[in-house]
Amino acid sequence: MANSSIAQPTSRKGLFARGRGAGRQLEWWQQLLLQAFCLTVAVSVLFPIMWIVTLSFKEAGSARPLKLEVIPPSLSSITLSSYQAVIEQPLSKSAGDISFWKLMGNSFFLAAGVSFFSVMIGVAAAYAFSRLNFVGRKLIFLSIGFILLMPGIATLAPLFAMLAKISTSLEVLRIIYFTMAGLLIAGLALMTISRIRSDDFRAGSAAFLVGGLAVAALFLWGGTQIEIPKNARPFELGRSLYGVGLAMISGALPFAIWNLKGYLDTIPKELEEAAIIDGASPNQIFFRIILPLATPALAVTAFLGFMAGWTEFALTARFINKADNYTLAIALQTMTGQYATVSWSNFAAMSIMISLPVSIVYLALQKYIVGGLTLGGVKG
Amino acid sequence: MASAESSVERASDSAIPRPSWWARTRTSRTAYTYLFPALIVMSIITFYPILYQFWMSLTDFGPSSINPLAKNYTPPKYVGFENYQLILQDKLATKNADLASFKFWRTLGFNIWWTFSNVIFHVSLGIVIAVMLNVEGLWFKKIYRAIYILPMVLPQLVIATIWRNMFDGQYGAINLMLKIFLGPAFPSGGIDWLQRIEPVAFGLPLSYFAMLIANIWLGWPFMTIVATGALQSIPKELYEAASIDGATGWNKFWTITLPLLRPAMVPATILGIIQTFNLFHVIYFISGGGPLGQTEILVTQAYKLINNNSLFGIGAAFSVFIFIILGCISAITARISRVAESYDG
Repeated sequence: MANSSIAQPTSRKGLFARGRGAGRQLEWWQQLLLQAFCLTVAVSVLFPIMWIVTLSFKEAGSARPLKLEVIPPSLSSITLSSYQAVIEQPLSKSAGDISFWKLMGNSFFLAAGVSFFSVMIGVAAAYAFSRLNFVGRKLIFLSIGFILLMPGIATLAPLFAMLAKISTSLEVLRIIYFTMAGLLIAGLALMTISRIRSDDFRAGSAAFLVGGLAVAALFLWGGTQIEIPKNARPFELGRSLYGVGLAMISGALPFAIWNLKGYLDTIPKELEEAAIIDGASPNQIFFRIILPLATPALAVTAFLGFMAGWTEFALTARFINKADNYTLAIALQTMTGQYATVSWSNFAAMSIMISLPVSIVYLALQKYIVGGLTLGGVKG
Repeated sequence: MASAESSVERASDSAIPRPSWWARTRTSRTAYTYLFPALIVMSIITFYPILYQFWMSLTDFGPSSINPLAKNYTPPKYVGFENYQLILQDKLATKNADLASFKFWRTLGFNIWWTFSNVIFHVSLGIVIAVMLNVEGLWFKKIYRAIYILPMVLPQLVIATIWRNMFDGQYGAINLMLKIFLGPAFPSGGIDWLQRIEPVAFGLPLSYFAMLIANIWLGWPFMTIVATGALQSIPKELYEAASIDGATGWNKFWTITLPLLRPAMVPATILGIIQTFNLFHVIYFISGGGPLGQTEILVTQAYKLINNNSLFGIGAAFSVFIFIILGCISAITARISRVAESYDG
């Protein structure tokens, strides 16, 4: 197909010479063959997607369709009642009583928590691995790489056994909460003081101060709102979304470190060298140069962590035993199957509602994601 | 820190005094400050569990061994390497009757074959489609690119459940489509893609082929994207020079395109191998390892041991096997990638 056009005069206009800036025109039969090929691939890609979209537009509670439909038969047959039904009652009565928004909230909490903590902790470690030389660097980094190869399920048994051991009464939990909030506020206060004392106190620092105070106030207010009912069951870490989140971070953090380190390595060193000559410390380089430049990588890594948490199934299914803590993935699983008890149109609506938010963000970040995956991916 | 040593040092190089230990370790200290949160978190929930797992694998850890405060608490008993033996000798049925069809070597063999067959398709399809899409003057390129990315964009879990329904034994989309194409030749009872026990080819059941189709659909776009990136960085002059020398399109593909794709494709392939080897969602949701455990891979088997059968000790031993096997695979792939990287083309 790579027929040369070099030997031919450039003035020769092909039959289909319309491509913008195309240096070369294809013969009509070449174009036809290529189009046929690309179209076949496109149809095979679209087939399952169109099938599920069509299915989701059917009447709520529709069972297995007896006819193959990949586009809705008519405009009037399109109904959103399946979506409505799923939002009203995502789980069947026997599986548990939980609203769709609660499911979504749980999934979001898990996904956002995992991605936030793994990126926050990960970027500092990635900076150390990328830019600083220290004793044990290679050993630690290699062990992280090895962890990365492991599927999350390979450490499920010990994580479950460990986390399920931890259970505490809610009073203790409240004390822990206030201690954590206190530490956070103290940290914020320290940072604010150091900002004020430094000679470049600017609008950004003021915003930082106000933001910090607001967060502190929110935490304290939230703490006073905690009410502990009498005879409340003790909090079991291994049975809560916090436990699932911790178990997920055990895999997400090494991934974040590895991925971010791969990206930080591509940031040219000249900038830092200039900063060092100007007398910048490693801290200043990290906060003033590396972090701003790494924003796209941070966003991508956070998003990949978010996506993993959003559709996390295996750990959640093992840890969670109360319908209150179910996530979207668990709900989707209860809707799969061949039996007449599950509605295929509801399943289709559910799968689309799970996919849509993350898929849109994925499309937007696509360029950075693919670059990052091959860059920070497995490097032997 | 010996004073004699430092005096020697000073004598030899009096202009620059040897910096103190505190000054010399300064970068290390800065580095560990940055690493501190990550190291604390990882040592508690990543590294410690691995050690704990090894200890668990040497005991008969069961669901009642978890909580020391529970009434029915039974401390885990040390059993040596019995768990490993049970796994290697396929004798897990003695622990739980559900596991009668468990066969370790078959699972491992299937897992390797599963990885191999999938990645071959992913890489070759990925490259072919990327090359086709990269032909200059092709119409609707942007539309095709936008469509081809879709399998990558959708969450794997959702894709797996959708394909599970597509392969439904009676009215799945695949059966309905085949019915249209085959007409009367289509078996009246439908094709039971996922539950048919008898192997169809190479000793593998139909559910393997169903999952292969689903996973090929899932996996090639990533390879296409990687290959497209690499293709666009190949200078056009190479092709022009080859044309002048009279090379055909086929020659150019083999002597220019493929060798120059290699540096990009090797890491992507390794990533694909490891991901496919541990591909939990597709197996667990489409075939569930069935029929009779014939399409079980290591991760799904480990998950079932822990989740369905609550055999934590045996599950831990099984996971240790996964560690060892993945360690071997990564060693092999690291060697391959080193060989590939040394290529100077």
